[in-house]
Amino acid sequence: MSGQNEHHTMTLKLIVWRQSTQNGPGRFETYTARNITEHHSFLEMLDVVNEDLIKEGTDPIVFDHDCREGICGVCSQVINGVAHGGQERTTVCQLHMRKFKDGDTIYIEPWRARAFPILKDLMVDRGALDTIIQAGGYTSAHTGGAPDANAIPIPKPDAEYSMDAAECIGCGACVAACPNGAAMLFTGAKVAQLAALPQGQVEAKERALAMIKAMQECGFGNCTNHYECQAACPKDIDVKFIARLNREYLKALIG
Amino acid sequence: MILDGKCPTGPIEKTWDKHRFDMKLVNPANKRKYKILVVGTGLAGASAAASLGELGYNVEAFCYQDSPRRAHSIAAQGGINAGKNYPNDGDSIYRLFYDTIKGGDFRAREADVWRLAQVSNHIIDQCVAQGVPFARDYAGYLDNRSFGGAQVSRTFYARGQTGQQLLLGAYSALSRQIKAGTVKMFPRTEMLDLVVVDGEAKGITIRDLVTGELRCHTGDAVVLCTGGYVNVFYLSTMAMGASVTAIWKAYKKGAFFANPCYTQIHPTCIPQSGDYQSKLTLMSESLRNDGRCWVPKNRGDNRGPNEIPEEDRDYYLERKYPSFGNLAPRDIASRAAKEQCDDGRGVGPGGRGVYLDFRDAIARLGEEMIRERYGNLFEMYERITDENGYKVPMRIYPAPHYSMGGLWVDYNAMSNIPGLFVLGEANFSVHGANRLGASALMQGLADGYFVIPYTAGHYLAQTSPGSVQADHAECRKSIEDVKAENKRLLSIKGTRTVTEFMRELGTLMWNNVGMARSKEGLTETLLKIPSIREEFRQNVKVTGNGAEINQQLENAGRTADFLEFAELLCRDALHRNESCGGHFRVEYQTEDGEALRDDENFCYSAAWEFQGEDKEPELHKEPLKFREVHLAVRSYK
Repeated sequence: MSGQNEHHTMTLKLIVWRQSTQNGPGRFETYTARNITEHHSFLEMLDVVNEDLIKEGTDPIVFDHDCREGICGVCSQVINGVAHGGQERTTVCQLHMRKFKDGDTIYIEPWRARAFPILKDLMVDRGALDTIIQAGGYTSAHTGGAPDANAIPIPKPDAEYSMDAAECIGCGACVAACPNGAAMLFTGAKVAQLAALPQGQVEAKERALAMIKAMQECGFGNCTNHYECQAACPKDIDVKFIARLNREYLKALIG
Repeated sequence: MILDGKCPTGPIEKTWDKHRFDMKLVNPANKRKYKILVVGTGLAGASAAASLGELGYNVEAFCYQDSPRRAHSIAAQGGINAGKNYPNDGDSIYRLFYDTIKGGDFRAREADVWRLAQVSNHIIDQCVAQGVPFARDYAGYLDNRSFGGAQVSRTFYARGQTGQQLLLGAYSALSRQIKAGTVKMFPRTEMLDLVVVDGEAKGITIRDLVTGELRCHTGDAVVLCTGGYVNVFYLSTMAMGASVTAIWKAYKKGAFFANPCYTQIHPTCIPQSGDYQSKLTLMSESLRNDGRCWVPKNRGDNRGPNEIPEEDRDYYLERKYPSFGNLAPRDIASRAAKEQCDDGRGVGPGGRGVYLDFRDAIARLGEEMIRERYGNLFEMYERITDENGYKVPMRIYPAPHYSMGGLWVDYNAMSNIPGLFVLGEANFSVHGANRLGASALMQGLADGYFVIPYTAGHYLAQTSPGSVQADHAECRKSIEDVKAENKRLLSIKGTRTVTEFMRELGTLMWNNVGMARSKEGLTETLLKIPSIREEFRQNVKVTGNGAEINQQLENAGRTADFLEFAELLCRDALHRNESCGGHFRVEYQTEDGEALRDDENFCYSAAWEFQGEDKEPELHKEPLKFREVHLAVRSYK
C-alpha cells in the first residue's frame, strides 16, 4: 500500500541549466531539493524548489509543463543526460521521485538541438515541428462533404499501424536524443500514419517531398541509424516509421 | 431581464435546417475582408479556425501553449459520441438528443442539443477523411463501444487517446490553413482583455508570453474557445495552464456568465497523495465496464483489500443502482464514492478513496483480455502509484473534471455582446447540469466545424469589415489597463507565493462547493473568498518583471481571476435551491439521497451580469421549455 513510506523524505542536489535570454550565455546553477517523497512527480519536485526560490526572491526555474499526464507533449527536460529521464515510455511529468534516492545529484538541461533555440532556462522553441506539419502533415479534406465514415473499409492491421504512428505527442525528445538532431522519427510517424490509410494516399507523394524539405530547411539533421530516438520516445514510436519515410520519399522521387 | 436564446421554432427535426436557410450569407469575394479572432486551439478553436479559414475569412488564432496541438482536449481518453447506429442497436439522432437532454438533468435547450445530435454523424465522417485512425473491426468498419452509462454503443474511439487523435486531426486542418495563409497563428500568447466598441466585440488584448509585449488585435468578430474553469478547485484533471481568464475578462466587459455552479466531478481519478500535489489524473471511466467499485462494509477495517472476504465488502453502486450498477452516470457515481468516504469507510491515505477491483473480471476473462482492453490505463496507474492494478484493486476518488457552465450564448453560439462567439466548454449551451461521457469532444467539434461557419457569417453579413483598428481609443485603453494590472501584481512583493493562494482557494472550494453544497457552507465560503482575495492583493509575491518569460506573472493573473470568479460560482450555487446534475445541494435530496430538482422554480438557465467591482451581479433568467422530452425524474435505479 502507498502511504507507508511517507515519513522518509529525500534531499537531492540539482544542477540546473539557467539561461535568462534566448541569445544570452547560460550556466549551471546548483540547488537543493528538500522534503521530497517517493510520491512526488519530477515536476512537483521542481515546484517545491521553485517555491523556495520565490521566497528567497530568486527567479524560479522556467520549464514547460501543462497537462502533467503525459499526453500534451510540452514537458521537455534532459535528466542526467537522457531526454525525459530514462524511464521507458515515460514523459518527464510522469517520472516519479521513487526512481531516485536520497542524496542523488541530478543534472537537468533543456532539449539541445540546432532547430530548438532555448527561450529561457529549460524552455525551448519547437515551432520547427509545427512548420514540418504545415508543409504537408494533413489530408486536404475540406470541412463538410466528407463521405460516410464507413464508405471506405480500412483493414484492421492498417488502422492499427496508422494508430501506432499517430501516438506521437510531438515532444521532440527524438530530436534531443539524436546525435544529428534529426526529426526523422517525428516526420516519419506523420508520413506513415497517413500513408497507411486510403485517405492519405491521394497526396502521399507531395506530402513526403514537402515534409522532408521543410525538415531540412528547419535545420534538423538526418538519420544515421543510432535509434536513440525510439529509446527516448515516451510513446515508443518505432524506428520502422523512419524506414517508411525513406520509402515514401524514394517512391515520390522516382514515381 | 428575461433572456431569449432565439431558437428556431417548428418541428425539432427541422430546426437547424430551417435556420441554416434563414441565415444571411457573406459573398465569397467579400469573406477575406472580414477578420475573425479565434482564442484557444483545442477541438473547438482549431476546428473553428480551420473551417473559417477554408471559407476564405481572414483568421488570427491564439493559444497560450507553444503549439496549437497541445490544448487540453488532447487529454480526453474515452471517445466521441455520434448517432450513426452502425451497431444496429437502436440508436438514432433522436435517441442521442433524448439521452443528452435527460443526462443533463433537463437544464439545457432542446434546439441546441438537437443540432448537436444532428451534426454528430458529420463529425465522424470529417475526422475519418482527415486520417484519424479510429478503432476498426476485422471487416474494416468502425468499431463502437458503450460508454458512460449509455445503453447503446455509440462511442467511436482511438485506443485510449481519442481526444489526442481528434485534436491532431483538427490541428492538421488548421496547419493546412496556416500554410495557405488564411490563418495566422500566434502561439504562446494569452488573452487578457476583450475590446468592446459601441457594444460590439472588436478585439482582444494579448500578452506575448515570450517577450512580454502587450498588443491589441482587432477584428470583426471574436470567437472564444478557451475551455473550462474547474481549476478553480486547484486540484483537477485540467492542464496546469487552464484558466477562467479569457471568459472572465469577457464577463467583466458585459458578457453574461451562465450556470457557473454546474461543474462535473469525474468518479475515476487517482486519489491525492500529498499536499505538494499539483494535479489529479483521470483514468477513463471505461474502466467501470469491467471494474467493480467497493469499500469495506465496516469502518476501521484495516485489512489489505485482498484479505477482505466477499461478505465484508460493500459493492455500493451495485447495491444502490441495481440496473446501472458500476456504470451509473458520473455525478451519481462520484457522490456515491463521497458518501462511502464520509461514512468513514474510505480507503488509502486520509480515507479518501474507494476500490476499483478487476479480480472478478480477470477471473472471468483472463488477465490478457483485461490487459488488451485497459493496458495503458493500468500502466499509467502503476507509474503514478507504484501499485499493480492486476494484483491489488486500484484506488480511485472523484476529481473536478469539466464545467458545464460558461458564457451565455444564443442559438447562434453568440453571447449577448454582438460579435462575441463562444464555443466548446467555454460556453454553457448543451450539457445542462451534467455532461455525458464522450460528449465533450462531440460538442467541441460540432461547434467548430458545423455551427460557427454558418452563424459567424450570419453576423458578419450585417456588419461592415475593418471598422476598428488597433489605434482605436478603446484598444489603447485596454492595453493601459492590462499594463497597470501586471505592474500592480509585480509591485506587491509580499511574502506568499501565487500557488499558496491558489491552493488555499482550491481547498476551500473543494470542501464547500465540490460534490455537495449546503446553504451554510456556501454562505461561509462567500464570506471567506473576499478575505483571501484581499490578502492576495496585499501579500502575493511575484518575482521578475513583465518584459520577459514570467510564469509567476501568468499564474498570478489567472489566480486573481479565479479569486473573483469563485465568488460568482458560489453565488450561483447558493441561489439555485434545488439539486440537479453536478449541482447537489444537501438540503434538496430525496429520502434515499438522490438529487431533487425543482422544475417549478428553477427550470431556467441563470445568466449573471457584471455590475462593477465588489458589486453584486444581476441575475437574468432564460426559461427552459421542453416540448419534445417530458420533464421526468432522472432515475438510474
